[in-house]
Amino acid sequence: MTSAVARRTEGDFRPRRLRRKIFGAVFGLTCFIATSIGVVVLLIMIRSIVVQLSDVPILEFLYKLTHRFGSIDPERSGYKAGIWGTVWLLTLVIFLAIPVGVGAAVFLEEYPVPNRLRRFIQTNIANLAGVPSIVYGILGLALFARAFGFKRLALGPTLWTGSLTLGLLVLPVIVITTQEALRTVPASLRQGALALGASRWQVIRDHVLPCALPGIMTGTILAISRAIGETAPLLMVGAAASIPLVPRSPFDRYSALPVEIYHYAKEADPGFKPVASGGILILLAILFLMNSAAIVLRNRRGASSRS
Amino acid sequence: MTNKTEPETNRSAWSGPSRLRSAQGAVTALVLFGCALITIVTTFLILGVLGGETISFFRVSKIGLIEFFSGTEIDFKSARPRFGLPPLIWGTFVIAVGASLVALPIGLLSAIFLSEYAPERLRRVLKPTLELLAGIPTIVYGYLALTVITPWLQSVLAPLGIRVEQFNAFSGCVVVGIMIVPLVSSLSEDVLSAAPRSLREAGYALGATKFEVATRIVLPASFSGVAASFILAISRAIGETMAVVLAAGSLAQIKLNPFTSIETMTAYIVAVTNGEASYGSPEYLSLFAVGITLFFMTLCLNMLSGAVIRRYREATP
Repeated sequence: MTSAVARRTEGDFRPRRLRRKIFGAVFGLTCFIATSIGVVVLLIMIRSIVVQLSDVPILEFLYKLTHRFGSIDPERSGYKAGIWGTVWLLTLVIFLAIPVGVGAAVFLEEYPVPNRLRRFIQTNIANLAGVPSIVYGILGLALFARAFGFKRLALGPTLWTGSLTLGLLVLPVIVITTQEALRTVPASLRQGALALGASRWQVIRDHVLPCALPGIMTGTILAISRAIGETAPLLMVGAAASIPLVPRSPFDRYSALPVEIYHYAKEADPGFKPVASGGILILLAILFLMNSAAIVLRNRRGASSRS
Repeated sequence: MTNKTEPETNRSAWSGPSRLRSAQGAVTALVLFGCALITIVTTFLILGVLGGETISFFRVSKIGLIEFFSGTEIDFKSARPRFGLPPLIWGTFVIAVGASLVALPIGLLSAIFLSEYAPERLRRVLKPTLELLAGIPTIVYGYLALTVITPWLQSVLAPLGIRVEQFNAFSGCVVVGIMIVPLVSSLSEDVLSAAPRSLREAGYALGATKFEVATRIVLPASFSGVAASFILAISRAIGETMAVVLAAGSLAQIKLNPFTSIETMTAYIVAVTNGEASYGSPEYLSLFAVGITLFFMTLCLNMLSGAVIRRYREATP
């Protein structure tokens, strides 16, 4: 009985090895193409932008763009206000969001938080990280810019409004990445310091935070670079389309680089096309530098902790 | 003898942490708790602002819930304002489905490549590259759709007699799809490479090829994790704003032709803020009603994805 079954399956068994091998190779190649498609498509598209600009010396053109304000004449338009606005926003977001984000992460990781509270805060942060950026824009509009209609408290379309909105937007990301960095700090370090009589705060300040610093910085740079490119929330809270001055205080009106790009891109006049393309290249260059810094920082840390 | 008494004297000399130190500890704990509290306050503010203004939208505009969910017109210029969500939902739906058609297969294939085929060195280059791609601002993608994809579509389809509008749903889908590929592939890759090695080795021992191991063993084993990453990507596509505004435009209409303009919920919100809707007017308030719909849609998808991944983690030891 068993031998009959065995004979039958043996007869049915066709390895078809060659066919399977070829099919597998084709599939592997498809997977490789799929992986490279994102990079390739992006490079092709960026190349087509650069080609549009090829009749002017490109670095000189970009340099000029950074020194001109917005104007109705494309020949004299640029991103001076936007770049300075973005620098202001960035600085304010760094001072607003990083202390709060790191503080929240330290609280969740280093303090004996009741389990239910911890899970509640954690779930909440995870959900906040998934909220579309435009919803933060609506929040910023109603809360900071208009203050529910209380004229006294309303900040209007100022840098404070923009940076508070962006700060809330990047906060969950900063908390999550900081928590991850804190978790990589070995428990023995804390135990050693505690055993020598350091208080909990001393352990955090003198040992845990310095040890986790590279990780925190990597995550924070990535979060901040995300904030630079954010356009929708700034449009909502009233970043100016173009403004012929550089803001001098956080209570000034402002524009931001991506917001200006958006308005140039929407212009019907084809003369604005090189201006918008140039803006895209400036934005990409800034982000590329920041992201590379973050990746280098992380790889250095990985190498040093392994050795 | 002295050895035994020394600890005794030391203990009595130390009278616990100084008052300054314990006060410092209490204050820092309180401040840090405040930081954590801000995240919770943010959630309640979002809910409060969106909910409150949505209620006043229904009160001010006198639009009923039935019209809100079934009307097909958006008109605040006429004497009696009209507002219906379906055209916006349709636009969002088109973008979500179209972007998924682009992103899910490509993302999954590249995740399989990264976890099963790529040698370690290539992987170490590709993963940061994916992160870099994920960090590109959406306005860049929108601009590329407007200046590269749409003109290309127009030049290809014009000889066939198909008119492609300057703002069209097709470009929007393609560009949002390309945008969320890095998200799908890096999340799916994490799940696929977490599949236990023993499963793969059992497959190889039975004579399976790499393709068979990847698609018939690893993929089914990590199916729910992959599904979670898909859901998250769809949620991202729904919440996407700038790429959609620049690629697909803002003309609220329900048309099956993918080469005409559509308007997503996010694009509507941007269009209202760019317009001259005055504070407190029905048009201004309508953006909160659309915002809360968007908020709950993405929240549900994110929570669904979280629940799926949690079940997956419990199922795999």
